[in-house]
Amino acid sequence: MRSSRGLSHVHAGSLHAPDETMAVRNARDLYTRRAEGVSIWVVPASAITASDPDARGAFFESPQGKEYRHATYYTESDAVPHL
Amino acid sequence: MSVRAANTDEGTVDEAGAARFAELLANEQRVEPTDWMPEGYRKTLIRQISQHAHSEIIGMQPEGNWITRAPSLKRKAILMAKVQDEAGHGLYLYSAAQTLGIDRETMFDQLITGAAKYSSIFNYPTPTWADMGSIGWLVDGAAICNQVPLCRASYGPYGRAMVRICKEESFHQRQGFEILLHLMRGTEAQRAMAQESVNRWYAPALMMFGPPDDDSPNSRQSMAWNIKRFSNDDLRQRFVDMLVPQAEILGVTLPDPHIKWNEERGHFDFGDLDWTEFHEVLAGNGPANTIRVARRREAHEDGAWVREAARAYADARAAEAGASQKIAS
Ligand SMILES: [Fe+2]
Ligand SMILES: [Fe+2]
Repeated sequence: MRSSRGLSHVHAGSLHAPDETMAVRNARDLYTRRAEGVSIWVVPASAITASDPDARGAFFESPQGKEYRHATYYTESDAVPHL
Repeated sequence: MSVRAANTDEGTVDEAGAARFAELLANEQRVEPTDWMPEGYRKTLIRQISQHAHSEIIGMQPEGNWITRAPSLKRKAILMAKVQDEAGHGLYLYSAAQTLGIDRETMFDQLITGAAKYSSIFNYPTPTWADMGSIGWLVDGAAICNQVPLCRASYGPYGRAMVRICKEESFHQRQGFEILLHLMRGTEAQRAMAQESVNRWYAPALMMFGPPDDDSPNSRQSMAWNIKRFSNDDLRQRFVDMLVPQAEILGVTLPDPHIKWNEERGHFDFGDLDWTEFHEVLAGNGPANTIRVARRREAHEDGAWVREAARAYADARAAEAGASQKIAS
């Protein structure tokens, strides 16, 4: 669901529908009763490939210990303006 | 199914999973569908979430009953919006329950065969327009009291559904309060109608929090699992404390002569409730039990051809798309 122009789509929820057209309509009725969206995408659950939650340790290991990827890692320039 | 994959070893003890589950609860973190969870936790949640969903769906009826007779076009539109919200709440919750491995058809079936329970409050009839006010103010009010802490329930999909629901509920309570407020500003007959309705709904609304703590065997376990955050009696007290000043603003009298501010406790005292009635209604002997379930069943069965037609249409289109793809390749 895109809540307004310029923002990205964010997951709103699940629903049941016989086909894509009905899915979009049901999504409108179920998730935008208060003008929460200006655009809806629907995806069949079976089309989603997810990372393995049991393997998340190894799978997301790469950024561990790489604090130097964050600006906050560089403290010696703290006092320098506009940096 | 991937959702169940982590839990296929039912009955066997997954020590690492159990340790992780305990750790999640201890750290006030969410349990997600793919995490290991004790069977009791899963069963409790399936029961609670599906009963909750059923309550939202059955809860459409006492008010749906008044849509055609609402006193103005504006009131009619508002009431329709509220009833639509309750349908939405039911659907959010059915989806949440499904993440625990029960399918929607099973839940629908449990409801229309009368096997499933739902909140007994919806088994009371709504003979007057003022009942739309009382339901919004008292029934939705009690539901909000119950549901706000559920937003922090340990099971992720349930908590997230509750967040969405709670956002929508506050309109329900306010519109009900306003219906009563307008009646109380009206004629003698209108004021009497409002008071008579509040008289009928007050005690059943208080019973929505469930039996007293010492008679609520499952509460302790639910609290240990971070599903339930406050005891039935604590929530009921909180509700009464909110109601008393609101009733004063409305100018209605709450039908309990024992309501009295208790300086020492910092709460309002109130009288005992008639729990035999509660158990009667819960057991299916309420004034409207049979009607509610029968109507739900009728609606479900009358809609069968629509579901069938939609499925046939979807299948035909899929077949057509398959055929034209073959031609193209
Ligand atoms: Fe609701
Ligand atoms: Fe509601």
